[in-house]
Amino acid sequence: MGATRTTAGATAGATLKDATAIAGIGQTPFAKRLPESEKTLACRAILAALDDAGIAPSEVDAFASYTMEETDEVEVAKAIGAGDVTFFSKVGYGGGGSCATVAHLAAAVATGQASVGVAWRSRKRGSGPRPWTNTRAQLPTPAQWTRPYGLLRPADEIGLLARRYMHEYGATRDHFFNVALACRNRANQNPAAIMYDRPLTREMYMTARWISEPLCLFDNCLETDGALACVVVSAERARDCRQRPVYVHSAAQGLPAQHHGMVNYWNDDPLTGPSWAAARRLWKTADFGPQDVDVAQIYDAFTPLIPLSLEGYGFCARGEGAAFTEGGALEIGGRLPLNTGGGGLSEAYVHGFNLITEGVRQLRGTGTAQVPGATTCLVTAGEGVPTSALLLRS
Amino acid sequence: MTQMDTTTDTTADATTDTTADATTDTTAETTADTATAASGGSEESDGLLAPVPDEDGAPFFAYAARGELRVQCCADCGEPRFPPRPCCPHCQSFDCLWKKVSGRGRIWSYVLPHPPLLPAYAAQAPYNVVLVELTDAPRIRLVGNLVAAADAALNSVPPERIRIGAPVKAAFHATDGGLTVVRWLLERP
Ligand SMILES: [Zn+2]
Repeated sequence: MGATRTTAGATAGATLKDATAIAGIGQTPFAKRLPESEKTLACRAILAALDDAGIAPSEVDAFASYTMEETDEVEVAKAIGAGDVTFFSKVGYGGGGSCATVAHLAAAVATGQASVGVAWRSRKRGSGPRPWTNTRAQLPTPAQWTRPYGLLRPADEIGLLARRYMHEYGATRDHFFNVALACRNRANQNPAAIMYDRPLTREMYMTARWISEPLCLFDNCLETDGALACVVVSAERARDCRQRPVYVHSAAQGLPAQHHGMVNYWNDDPLTGPSWAAARRLWKTADFGPQDVDVAQIYDAFTPLIPLSLEGYGFCARGEGAAFTEGGALEIGGRLPLNTGGGGLSEAYVHGFNLITEGVRQLRGTGTAQVPGATTCLVTAGEGVPTSALLLRS
Repeated sequence: MTQMDTTTDTTADATTDTTADATTDTTAETTADTATAASGGSEESDGLLAPVPDEDGAPFFAYAARGELRVQCCADCGEPRFPPRPCCPHCQSFDCLWKKVSGRGRIWSYVLPHPPLLPAYAAQAPYNVVLVELTDAPRIRLVGNLVAAADAALNSVPPERIRIGAPVKAAFHATDGGLTVVRWLLERP
């Protein structure tokens, strides 16, 4: 079976490794409701990121976004005053595409298709309707097999996996609480976070209302308005920019065999999701392994995604992800500090883009909950859906 | 590989008790067309969302309307697959059969959704959604509801009665919209 992988490594010379860097990041405030439009917010975040890098908008020649983004590159390019654009892409599967935007720009810049790339996310999820209430758009395949039975929302879909995970491996609600608490503790250190001044206790977690048993309110991400962006240029160019470069060391997307959307119940092993597929490629093209990661930004739309991802990305063995969260492992000073800006659970839920910008801050040494001396960071996109991931290094 | 062996055994079992032949396939397509037409794009049934079958999924609902639980299988290599699709991921054959299965399975997992939910579901919340692994085809898993009777409410089984591994059997509920959905009853109520 493995004999067909003879082409691996045959592309020596055209490597992505450290060829490009994130030179700028930008964001708007985060809130439940913001008055400005998604397009306006997108432009503000992109211009802030370009200013952070010290690059003129007219130099932008590449754009990358991911689906469920309502602002398109034509509008954004026109508004910010971009030059001729020679590369643009839109990655599928919503929150699974966040890291892939940076990966696509890195590939474009590394192969000479463009020189200054911008990736962004603008959302008004906080003040807009919940996507799952659009019943007409979602009933055809594969929703015909799930939604009529009341498996309506992502929380229900992940809750089903979470219950099975708890059953197979003895994971408990306390493990999920460990995840929620680590994110909340970091948000309590981050003035930009929506939950900055809202501490979480175990009592609050255990008595919270259910959303989809076994998942309660605090197992679910926030509903947020806000926009973020980052700028990708060649490593050489980045060294002349305003900020310390954060190199794109390795990148991968992950769509595993026989995978189905977020209801990944129909492959052989539903508990090994897209993160496993992304991780195999990610580590294969990296100079370091999971044990060398100083800080992790792992997509946390729901708390159970963390133990599943910890296993997928190789921080522990299959079935050990829940136990990994014990003893403060995910806190600052722990084995793997997690979502140091507060993540989707407690900073802002902007489809994971805040995990990318926080990864950059950590490697610049400017995080609000800084991991001392951090030089390597894993950032992941939505698990459960076709996903993507980045290894960043300073 | 171990999983291949398991699948082969399953397929053999399924074949022995069914009318898996070419005519079944044809009949299914015809019936399925009718079923799709009957739904007429309606999405309401008992206030709940009715399935909107696609071309590949239509035979499943057509058989359900006759009170049969059938699974799409490859006509060449016999491999069952779900959800239905145009060709076999194992041998790439475009020929398929719909094999009748026993309707028995076990609960693989379940959730209890609470509001906010769509109105018709909120009215029955908390209800259960179960994922049932079919006894005849161990990696075919169907999302459904565990109910006290085929036409009972989605919350008609007390949550404390639900457990992973519990044996269940298929029941068929004709919705107001003209489509029949598969529901699940506890083998030991
Ligand atoms: Zn086949």
